Amino acid sequence: MKQARSLRIRIFLVENGIILAFILLVVALTFSSEFFLTGPNIRNVLRQASINGLLAIGMTFVILTAGIDLSVGSVLAFGGMIAAIFASSSLGEQYPLYVALPMGLAAGAMLGMVNGSLVAFFRVPPFVVTLGMLSIARGLTLISSDGMPVSRLSPEYIYVGQGMVAGIPVPVLIFFGVLGLAWLLLYQTPFGRYVYAVGGNEEAARISGVNTRMVKFTVYAISGCLAALGGIILSARTTAGLPQAGVAYELDAIAAVVIGGTSLAGGQGRLFGTLIGVLIIAVVNNGLDLLGVSAYYQLTFKGAIIVAAVLLDSMRQR
Amino acid sequence: MTFPVGRSDVATSEAAMPPQSGLILDVQGISKRFPGVQALSDVSIQVRPGTVHALVGENGAGKSTLMKILIGWHRRDRGEITLKGQVVDFHEPKQALDAGISIIQQELSAIGDMSIAENLFLGREPRRAGAFIDYPGMNALAKDAMAELELDLDPWQKMKTLSVAQMQLVEIAKAISYEADIIIMDEPTSALGDREIEHLMASIRKLKARGTGIIYISHKLEEVFEIADEVTVLRDGHHIASMPTGETDRDGLIRLMIGREAKGFPKTNTPTTQPLLEVEQLTREGEFRDVSFTLHKGEILGVFGLMGAGKSELLNALFSVTRATSGSVTFQGKRLRARYPSQAMRNNMALITEDRKATGLILPMSVRDNMAISTLGRHTRFGFVSALGVGRVVSSMSRDLDVRMASPRQLVKFLSGGNQQKVVLGRWLLTKPSLLMLDEPTRGIDIGAKAEIYRFMSEFVDQGKGIVLASSELPEVLGMSDRILVMKAGRMAGILSREQASEEAVMQLAV
Repeated sequence: MKQARSLRIRIFLVENGIILAFILLVVALTFSSEFFLTGPNIRNVLRQASINGLLAIGMTFVILTAGIDLSVGSVLAFGGMIAAIFASSSLGEQYPLYVALPMGLAAGAMLGMVNGSLVAFFRVPPFVVTLGMLSIARGLTLISSDGMPVSRLSPEYIYVGQGMVAGIPVPVLIFFGVLGLAWLLLYQTPFGRYVYAVGGNEEAARISGVNTRMVKFTVYAISGCLAALGGIILSARTTAGLPQAGVAYELDAIAAVVIGGTSLAGGQGRLFGTLIGVLIIAVVNNGLDLLGVSAYYQLTFKGAIIVAAVLLDSMRQR
Repeated sequence: MTFPVGRSDVATSEAAMPPQSGLILDVQGISKRFPGVQALSDVSIQVRPGTVHALVGENGAGKSTLMKILIGWHRRDRGEITLKGQVVDFHEPKQALDAGISIIQQELSAIGDMSIAENLFLGREPRRAGAFIDYPGMNALAKDAMAELELDLDPWQKMKTLSVAQMQLVEIAKAISYEADIIIMDEPTSALGDREIEHLMASIRKLKARGTGIIYISHKLEEVFEIADEVTVLRDGHHIASMPTGETDRDGLIRLMIGREAKGFPKTNTPTTQPLLEVEQLTREGEFRDVSFTLHKGEILGVFGLMGAGKSELLNALFSVTRATSGSVTFQGKRLRARYPSQAMRNNMALITEDRKATGLILPMSVRDNMAISTLGRHTRFGFVSALGVGRVVSSMSRDLDVRMASPRQLVKFLSGGNQQKVVLGRWLLTKPSLLMLDEPTRGIDIGAKAEIYRFMSEFVDQGKGIVLASSELPEVLGMSDRILVMKAGRMAGILSREQASEEAVMQLAV
């Protein structure tokens, strides 16, 4: 009985090494910086994590089907820009939040659907499709804003990025809300199982009557939509739609998913792992800031963490 | 958001059955052309309710293609399919499933990271509140589906933790659980032991009693005669004959399948007494233990054992794919100290693995590249590969082995199983090995190519070389081996000489 329990604990540790690493990181930072474990700083970390978190949730869906979405950074900029244009008083009429928000989301979802159709129905490799979209969406952002920041946003719009509810920043609430919905979708609905099935063995899924093309199409649409949501939050936080927003954000999103133990080969991974991956990246960025490490070293360090996480995982697999 | 909705209930379709007199499935004049090959020409097959219709033929005869057309995976070029009196035209496997055709695929298609229950009910998960998966309900249904085959596993268990035989049983349980009118079973017993095959046969009889029509594809003619009511023979994509199984016998079927008398085993070699490979007390913890034998020059040593006996594991250790935990191997008079396959290869050993698609071939590369990949170093000038030199050796090897292909530039994935196996063989022969280890060398390849591989084996050892032949096909082991090492649960059960070896003697040791 006792042995069985210690075995179960060992299995838990092996399966959840990344959580342990996260806890160690938090403990280490708590001891090396007095600011780290304070309310304002935790709030700050979570707020920073929320945008990458939204991208990473979408990315988890895509990567589980053995795909990749390199366009999320640009789609984020486009979605944020479109919403900002509707919420701004400097470019014609200023629309209320309930118009601006859906417009931005729809813009992102549409670009995601373009990705999804090309991948699912025309069988173009996801890497190529989304690499193209990375450029196209950035171009569309620049076209729609004429390359200029779009400011003078409505206060209700800015609230989405800067507001607080019961001491919790709105972006953090949105992130955890989306995480909950994503969890339901991935683990409690047939669609979620099909996402795993398509990544695990597409042919078997199709023979079992799964509409594999629809599944692939949908995950890119989800990713595009969540990227736009991230873009809306970012523009609201910075009080302007910025044409250069979100450059290279896809890297952090992919990194979070991979650190969380999701296999790039598809079919294997957990949403919870992605959450931990997102938190690790945010905590590392924040911690290095607090410790006064230069940005150059931060980049190097972050890259090393990504490789180390995957190394750990491949050693576990053996 | 819209979800692709599966068949939400496990529908019973008795009500939809036509009167007993009719056919449940009538397939007429199917033709299908793939780039470069006419896979099927004017093939017909009729299935009556409550019967098993066997489909036999060599590999490449078109059996699997025909089935993939039936389930809507491939589109046909010509022909008509009538299911339960209605002409049908499927574009997607889902439509075939909904119309009442389910399939057990030849190649296992489990999704490793999902549970047994999730695999069983993929595409038709029971739901609650319309949107969410009813996990308890699904697991209970999974238990029932598995009980049909006397399979007692935890429905939560991940598919990848199962043995190959268990996975195949789950696949079978899945196909049965659709309660389809037509169940296609494509080589359903390839990984099963005798007891599990019995369970399958029992369920098939129950399905027959229920009025289900079954299309049964198998290379094992014994099974065909045990279970099938009718049999159709295909050869090279043509319909050769259909008849009640009672009106033919094993030899008759084989004659139809190959269109000529079946050849025996061309065995011409005579072993010497000079040792080539001496294995002493070789052990690898958890896989096999205390294996000792001597292989002589000019000898074929058969290694026989049922699933899980440790045959492949033994070969892998001999070729340094894995490392033995104790024991010694002496090869050509020298103690072997290889730690990696590349070193074993340099010692003139060769291993042709069991699963040629997974570990033998590089499917998207050409025949030429696949054959030459291990010996490119011998055809370089100043570090550059000489295309001319490679082309020459590959052409001559392909000729020797009679690889049938359009050109050496053809991609290996477009060849039939037998020709793919010859490509793997050719690659290893180019390394000029003096010991060849073959793991199930004729699995899934047609009778013609088998005979050629057997003939080659005899010629090979006659040059003073040796072969270790691991196989679970008893006739092959008996026919080709000079001596037979029988393994059972990781241990040596005995070594029989050619004179001592009979089916009975070998099986006595193996079980």
